[in-house]
Amino acid sequence: MWEYTDKVKDHFLNPRNVGVIEDADGVGEVGSLSCGDALTFYFKLDENGKIKESKFQTFGCASAIASSSALTEMVKGLTLEEAKNITNEDIAEYLGGLPKEKMHCSVMGRDALEKAITCHLGEPEKEIEGKIVCECFGVTDLEIERVVKENHLSTIEEVTDYVKAGGGCGNCHDSIQEIIDTILGTERPVKKKVPVLTNLQKIKLIEESIEREINPNLKKDAGRLELVDVDGNRVMVRFGGSCASCVKSPVTLKHYVESRLRELVSPELEVEEV
Amino acid sequence: MNVIYLDNNATTKVAPEVVDAMLPYLSEYYGNPSSMHSFGGDVADKIKKARENVANLIGATADEIVFTSCGTESDSTAIRAAVESNPDRKHIVTSRVEHPAVKNLYETLSKKGYRVTFVPVDNQGHLDLDYLYKNLSNDTAVVSLMWANNETGVIFPIEEISQKIKDRGIVFHTDAVQAVGKIPIDINETGVDLLSLTGHKLHAPKGIGALYIRKGTKFSPFMIGGHQERGRRGGTENVASIIALGKAAELAQKHLDEDGYAHIGRLRDKLETSLLNRISHSMVNGDRKHRLLNTTSIAFEYVEGEAILLMMNEHGICASSGSACTSGSLEPSHVLRAMGVPFTAAHGSIRFSLSRYTTEEEIDAVIEKTPPIIERLRSMSPFWKEAVKLAAV
Repeated sequence: MWEYTDKVKDHFLNPRNVGVIEDADGVGEVGSLSCGDALTFYFKLDENGKIKESKFQTFGCASAIASSSALTEMVKGLTLEEAKNITNEDIAEYLGGLPKEKMHCSVMGRDALEKAITCHLGEPEKEIEGKIVCECFGVTDLEIERVVKENHLSTIEEVTDYVKAGGGCGNCHDSIQEIIDTILGTERPVKKKVPVLTNLQKIKLIEESIEREINPNLKKDAGRLELVDVDGNRVMVRFGGSCASCVKSPVTLKHYVESRLRELVSPELEVEEV
Repeated sequence: MNVIYLDNNATTKVAPEVVDAMLPYLSEYYGNPSSMHSFGGDVADKIKKARENVANLIGATADEIVFTSCGTESDSTAIRAAVESNPDRKHIVTSRVEHPAVKNLYETLSKKGYRVTFVPVDNQGHLDLDYLYKNLSNDTAVVSLMWANNETGVIFPIEEISQKIKDRGIVFHTDAVQAVGKIPIDINETGVDLLSLTGHKLHAPKGIGALYIRKGTKFSPFMIGGHQERGRRGGTENVASIIALGKAAELAQKHLDEDGYAHIGRLRDKLETSLLNRISHSMVNGDRKHRLLNTTSIAFEYVEGEAILLMMNEHGICASSGSACTSGSLEPSHVLRAMGVPFTAAHGSIRFSLSRYTTEEEIDAVIEKTPPIIERLRSMSPFWKEAVKLAAV
């Protein structure tokens, strides 16, 4: 059984604003009988251009009905500009969350709203843009791209949860993966632009680690370590005290100093004695 | 709120007599049936009796019964053993409407190099027998067909098919988890080599199943271990559950002998006819003649199954659905799709499955509560008005 929130249950068992507005200012129809869910969304504007009335008719499961009901409540009193900004996440959030397999219900709500606004603005209904990727549910590459970007999706499974693509025969899984890879690929460098440490921070951290962690330990054997220089990930050090003449110092360097610094500062560090 | 449980093809209530029979083996009689002392040996005697009861229910002999943990284990064991004992044959056959326990195993085997034939069904849910026979060859290792379908209750002519296939070196397995205890089965009237059954569909607890292995059938165990089940399934016996299954089999036999299913069938027919009469645009999925007496799958057009189930749930009514949304998949049940049930109907299909504990009052309550639910959901549906208009033309 699905774990629906109380709010989902409430909007399913007591849906708000069910029906038709005969003289609606905007109507948006999405989904189909064969897909298993469909929604027709209506709104009527007041003299100030704000939505004063909205209604829906839905064929679908509990979360589809609840998402539709939520949408009609959320848009009330909004201008079309404001309503345009409602995302599928907003609808899901209004309901206290949806099971991930049901996120496509919230996407359906958002799509119906967009269509209704387009319809009101007198813009011709958009031709299907992009090329169909999922034949089973008629989902295009552009729709998949949008939902991946907007909801930060990273797996085929998630794409299926949000727009159904890939939930039928599975033949399009490779194409969906390609879309995800392309999007993640372009986004990854952006994330990498934030370096973990600046050079100065790195040097300071190395110095600090040697003083706080490493030298107190070497001191037990009357030894000492000195930082000479840092060049990128090359850390140049010099042993002092009894370490300077100890035959085991190369072992100490690799097994102890380097591994500690890698752990405390950066895993890419290479430590060498100069 | 009283629960009205009409989901007996999913699982059943454990019969009170069964609970009584098994409980002592969870407390004072904890001996290991393999032990040399009589404290364990007495338990072995009880298992022997349980094995006889299960064998009797299908007309087998006790040593042809191996206890397993569930129907899925029985299916997996049977099909893998059949394939292993026919190493030169690389073709395996099943139907398009099998339970996932068989369907998914076949799909796995197909990835391992086996050629799979999925035999289609017609719109009544009946197997295309010509297609089946036409596709058999000297390369066919195993044919696995369910005895009765879990979603529609439609019964396959297993006696006839298995007799026809006999003597061709093909192992015949049947997943009979929905049929055993609900229809009389005499395994010796058939050519069945392997048969799966499970306890929780016939008022025993979950976690116990059995596999019938006809004497002389080549077999290799799935669970390899000790000498239990005569080496055919290693592992210390699930004693209490085996005794429970034995008791449940005895009760099921008694119920069948007394023709108890006539009563269940009458209640099922009342439910079905009343709902069809009261709710327009509704129909039965599958052949109404050749099916289990406890099952009906009714399609309510232009509404979605999950929504129906959750509204029924508000009245304590438990049923299940072939709709996509209930399972988390996006397509309606593979059984309904294989039968070519139109999407308008498949999405709104509800399965009611009765048991000997179902009462007339419960059926009357469902007959009363269901029509307003369908009406309410249809009044929300954007397709309903159009459908009514079309129907009026």
